[in-house]
Amino acid sequence: MTTMDLPVRQRPASVPPVISDTWYLTGRKLRALARQPMLLAMGIIQPVIWLFLFGEMFRRIIDIPGFGYQGSYLAYLIPGIVAMNAMSGNMWAGMTMIEEIDRGTLNRFLVTPASRLAIMNASVVEQAVSTTIQTLIIVGLGYAGGARYPGGAAGIVMLVVASIEVGVFWGALSNLTGMLVRVREAIIGVYTFFMLPLMFLSSAFIQPGFLPGWMQAIASRNPLNWEVQIGRSALSAAPDWSAIGVRTGGLAILALIAVAISVRTFRNYAKNV
Amino acid sequence: MQSPRGEAPPRAAIEARGLVKTYPAPGKTRVSALDGLTLSVPRGTIFALVGPNGAGKTTTVKILTTLATPDAGTAAIDGIDVIAAPARARRVIGVVGQRSGADPAATGRENLILQGHLYGMATKTAKARADELLDRFLLTEAAGRFVRTYSGGMQRRLDVALGLVHQPRVLFLDEPTTGLDPESRTAMWDEITSLATADQVTILLTTHYLDEADKLASQVAIVDKGRVVAEGDPQVLKRELGAESLDDVYLHYAGRRYSDATRLTEVAR
Repeated sequence: MTTMDLPVRQRPASVPPVISDTWYLTGRKLRALARQPMLLAMGIIQPVIWLFLFGEMFRRIIDIPGFGYQGSYLAYLIPGIVAMNAMSGNMWAGMTMIEEIDRGTLNRFLVTPASRLAIMNASVVEQAVSTTIQTLIIVGLGYAGGARYPGGAAGIVMLVVASIEVGVFWGALSNLTGMLVRVREAIIGVYTFFMLPLMFLSSAFIQPGFLPGWMQAIASRNPLNWEVQIGRSALSAAPDWSAIGVRTGGLAILALIAVAISVRTFRNYAKNV
Repeated sequence: MQSPRGEAPPRAAIEARGLVKTYPAPGKTRVSALDGLTLSVPRGTIFALVGPNGAGKTTTVKILTTLATPDAGTAAIDGIDVIAAPARARRVIGVVGQRSGADPAATGRENLILQGHLYGMATKTAKARADELLDRFLLTEAAGRFVRTYSGGMQRRLDVALGLVHQPRVLFLDEPTTGLDPESRTAMWDEITSLATADQVTILLTTHYLDEADKLASQVAIVDKGRVVAEGDPQVLKRELGAESLDDVYLHYAGRRYSDATRLTEVAR
């Protein structure tokens, strides 16, 4: 055999391997997602239960003097529930990672010339797509339950963008935990440790002005709360676009840092599986 | 190393010299997995690595397939340095791991097409290659089924097909027949033999079954405690010791008391 038999990259030179590999590896993930749409639906069950139970139970909360919210409590809850779903839905990414390590699928990709970055990209794109679909379902269910969104399409787009940022951040964190610890329980641990505190130390359920001072201080630095603020402002009749921009940028930076760390960890992992 | 002047490529398809690999162990000094392992696999042959659990077989395969970096030593596939140029080495090797790497939620055909894409094939080429391999490994009827519905033998055949998508010159098979029923095992043996003879693929396989090594391989290396303790043609190894089977040769070189065996299982992972 001579080197002539070596397979050559036949794709056009204009498409860098990282892009085409990302495309094919994402295709694998999205195909699996499309074949099991029930998984996406089941993922939102818990956040939706929160939406309707809290929405009904505390319906009159917006009548408290000084609450100052134009709309139903159900509509008030939407951004928080979307954030909750984006976080909880993507916390499972690391589970898939561990599964693919155990099954040998990841090693199979790593012995090919496939771009390492593409392997992680596929995970990020899948998270973005599933988070978008789930966010839109929650928005739709909220509408069916009587919530209204004066911010219209632009507001919903911003809510989706913010939810993707939250989802990608937690997805990367979950992948990181999966790669480093390789124990499913650790991922569940991270999730349960952060989920409720982050939700309650935010304006997801109540106006920040009603929170004690220390809680307000934490809430203003809580990235999950930024998503809630982005969504609530964007869905309102008079969005504060500069505040939305700053917080969206902040979330984007956090998500990028989380992805960068997880890609770096993955590269190290791949050198010594 | 291959000369840039287009001189004849090195005779050995796989060349490993003095491989050392240690892993961190909780609370004590690092555990040694490879302790100066050296081996050379001639082109177009079937080479079997045998040895007890934890002897270093899998670590050796991981280093040769770019999945791990040795602490010391050199390794080359067809003259390509796997440590310095892993990306180039990946183009000439095919790997069938111990565990099935196939995606259970995708069909056999989809698994193969994706594999082709990852080696840079255009969709048309990848599809044609997938169909060719499905036919060769008697998976055409099951091509559209999810891999999770495959029997153990079918999954293993698909694994081998996945390792062959890009027509590698060197194929690594890590315990290719573990867990297979006798019929699938025989079929796998035939396939491995034909790959080496008809397709001129150099094959390095690891196995626990000495009859398998005896039957398939023209060269056997017995690995123990991270080193090759005996190496050669299985017939010659047997004759040298006046042994009836390769099992006796193995026990002669790698036999050990129980206490040693328990220590080694710790090293295994």
